[in-house]
Amino acid sequence: MQTHKYDTVIVGAGGAGMRAALESSKRSRTAVLTKLYPTRSHTGAAQGGMCAALANVEEDNWEWHTFDTVKGGDYLTDQDAAEIMCKEAIDAVLDLEKMGLPFSRTPEGRIDQRRFGGHTRDHGKAAVRRSCYAADRTGHMILQTLFQNCVKQNVEFYNEFYVLDLLLAEDEAGNKTTSGVVAYELATGEIHVFQAKSVIFATGGFGKVFKTTSNAHTLTGDGMGIAWRRGLPLEDMEFYQFHPTGLAGLGILLTEGARGEGGILRNADGERFMERYAPTIKDLAPRDIVARSMVLEVLEGRGAGPNKDYVYLDLTHLPAEQIEEKLPDITEFARTYLGVEPTTELVPVYPTAHYAMGGIPTNVEAEVLSDNTTVVPGLYAAGEVACVSVHGSNRLGTNSLLDINVFGRRAGIAAAEYATSHDFVELPEAPEATVVEMIERLRDSAGTERVGAIRAEMQETMDANAGVYRTEETLKQALSDIKGLQKRYLDVSIQDKGKRYNTDLLEAIELGFLLDLAEVLVVGAQNRKESRGGHAREDFQARDDENYMKHTMAYREVDAKGEHSIRLGYKPVVVTRYQPMERKY
Amino acid sequence: MTAVVEETAPGKGHGATAAERDHTLITITLRIRRFNPETDAEPYWQDFKVEADPTERILTAMMKIKAEQDGSLTFRRSCAHGICGSDAMRINGRNRLACKTLVKDLDMAKPITVEAIKGLKLEKDLVVDMDPFMQAYKDVMPFLITSGNEPTRERLQSPEDRERFDDTTKCILCAACTTSCPVFWSDGQYFGPAAIVNAHRFIFDSRDEGAEERLEILNEKEGVWRCRTTFNCTEACPRGIEVTKAIQEVKRALIFRRV
Repeated sequence: MQTHKYDTVIVGAGGAGMRAALESSKRSRTAVLTKLYPTRSHTGAAQGGMCAALANVEEDNWEWHTFDTVKGGDYLTDQDAAEIMCKEAIDAVLDLEKMGLPFSRTPEGRIDQRRFGGHTRDHGKAAVRRSCYAADRTGHMILQTLFQNCVKQNVEFYNEFYVLDLLLAEDEAGNKTTSGVVAYELATGEIHVFQAKSVIFATGGFGKVFKTTSNAHTLTGDGMGIAWRRGLPLEDMEFYQFHPTGLAGLGILLTEGARGEGGILRNADGERFMERYAPTIKDLAPRDIVARSMVLEVLEGRGAGPNKDYVYLDLTHLPAEQIEEKLPDITEFARTYLGVEPTTELVPVYPTAHYAMGGIPTNVEAEVLSDNTTVVPGLYAAGEVACVSVHGSNRLGTNSLLDINVFGRRAGIAAAEYATSHDFVELPEAPEATVVEMIERLRDSAGTERVGAIRAEMQETMDANAGVYRTEETLKQALSDIKGLQKRYLDVSIQDKGKRYNTDLLEAIELGFLLDLAEVLVVGAQNRKESRGGHAREDFQARDDENYMKHTMAYREVDAKGEHSIRLGYKPVVVTRYQPMERKY
Repeated sequence: MTAVVEETAPGKGHGATAAERDHTLITITLRIRRFNPETDAEPYWQDFKVEADPTERILTAMMKIKAEQDGSLTFRRSCAHGICGSDAMRINGRNRLACKTLVKDLDMAKPITVEAIKGLKLEKDLVVDMDPFMQAYKDVMPFLITSGNEPTRERLQSPEDRERFDDTTKCILCAACTTSCPVFWSDGQYFGPAAIVNAHRFIFDSRDEGAEERLEILNEKEGVWRCRTTFNCTEACPRGIEVTKAIQEVKRALIFRRV
């Protein structure tokens, strides 16, 4: 075992982690721990853009952006947080440009902007050009630019270090303070304890609970899972976004920017069905509405293909040069993976599990909360792992790239300031014990269950029973399946008993986190008897502001026998300017 | 949203399949170069038979082997659609991303060979030490260098100037190009194509003022002049970057801008 000491430790090197590192490493001694190499992070898969009311191509202002974000989130968005994000968006984009990000340009040489789902002028009057982009690889450019600047600034990375535990000191009254993290080094199998005054979690989402997902194989919710097991709550986990345009059957993302450039969704009859569901902005309605509409088209028999189980994205009316210039990557995805030529053929698409609106609760300073109001000193979270909540029950397209930049920056500054004004907290005795126990149990297990089988069954049931539409019945099924799988997981064994690059072991550990989070998602979904944003119940189709305009707070309870259960509480939504209205587009 | 669903089983919508694709499973053989330094003195070949849909990715077949046959099979992977650059491998003797190589595009009747990329230290199975590769990247100063006061708004750049270096912005640092280069195989000190691509990305960016410095670095003994223009790198690039052309442009910049 090795022990390290840093002022600030950042867990995760995607957009949020690296944006935080650029700030914290200027102010405090910082280490960034990532289970990948930084440029492998899934920020790089984001395509369409990052919205900010630059007003480079038409009139716009951050207040309109705030309104869209609140309405897009189906009024579960904390409005103070959304306002901060949309205000700071403008500098966030300009900062990236100054760092070298090669945005696509207008003829005058300014950052170009395009339309995106749910982003409108003057409170919903028409679609607005707000998304700043670099072709359809904006996330790639953000990730590269942030990494380039980390290289420039000599940020210290620990690559392929899997953080598996969070160290919290507890006083007699039960108040928690951050003292560090425990990591597993992939190359050697060695355990490393990192003592730190402040820790930032920037570990991303947990899309791998689903089978059909745009998420990377590595998005296993480790950060959320670690916090959960350490007794911290998770907020709004039932709100999961299904991106409308995944390549059918594969889930690979095709940007909403395709519709921003003029692409149209059609059913088997060739009908532009979004005209029925969102008469004003049609195909550019927010993702929850488009995804639900697509599923309804299929359920009502208007799906395309031999099994009538998808719809089409139509780009064929757009000039081929525009497609090649503005959407080169997704065009290639369609060609490579489906053998479809998007300039002349319709592309089969269907919703794909994409983004967790919920996560570790934080305030607008990115400080982690242990209940509705209590801050855990020294602990921060930013990006998809966190729930600020700027996205409410449904995130607008491009607002995730914005979120990681705005709140990544805030987390980096706040964590470094905390670190420079506080002392180290003593590490607990045998800080590595939990991780060592977890690893040894898996490595020495003689059980007969296989990781791959349990993972596949979890993903199947989540797709079938906790997808775009849910009912009491399907959720009950999902919960009973997950509980069964959690039991079987105790009997899981691995084949690779070695120390070096033991990905067999790590996949088993990741599966444990996924099973925990799948349960929290389903329990939250069962409890919320309404439809709002990314949570649609067939048996409760209306939004119910009277009973449910509040955040879900899930707590992990452990009884005297060591059995765990989930307790649900609520947290009020912060409402400043906008009273909830019916959501029409 | 007020539409009502009738009679159809709820919640079954998610997870469709693209049915135009031929889903007939066939049995393929992956002949994988294995090596575990904890137990093996030398690398060796091992055959795995696996059921695969011809439109499936080689990565999917490998994950199936790991899940169902041999959990110790070790390789890096993340996004699985050619964006993260984790899974560059030598498949049937050519550097490619396992997630962008479909079974049907290879000869399915013969064993498909899969081995680690060459020229970097083999760590285990398909995993190599990426640190020397990343160091070469860092050595070319892959970041925007400017002087003077920062503008309040964005720096202006015409679409033409932006287009000038577009091709080299696509790099995902997968190392497929560098580890396909015979010069790099014989001399690990050579910066390699990927580092030059990333230098190119800044040298030809109209906003950047660090071109002279970078060109100086690439003018060194282990710099661009080691390139023998074999085009392996261009063929290997999963992002379709014209790597050899970029290297030629850097050479030309060295000849004509200076001296």
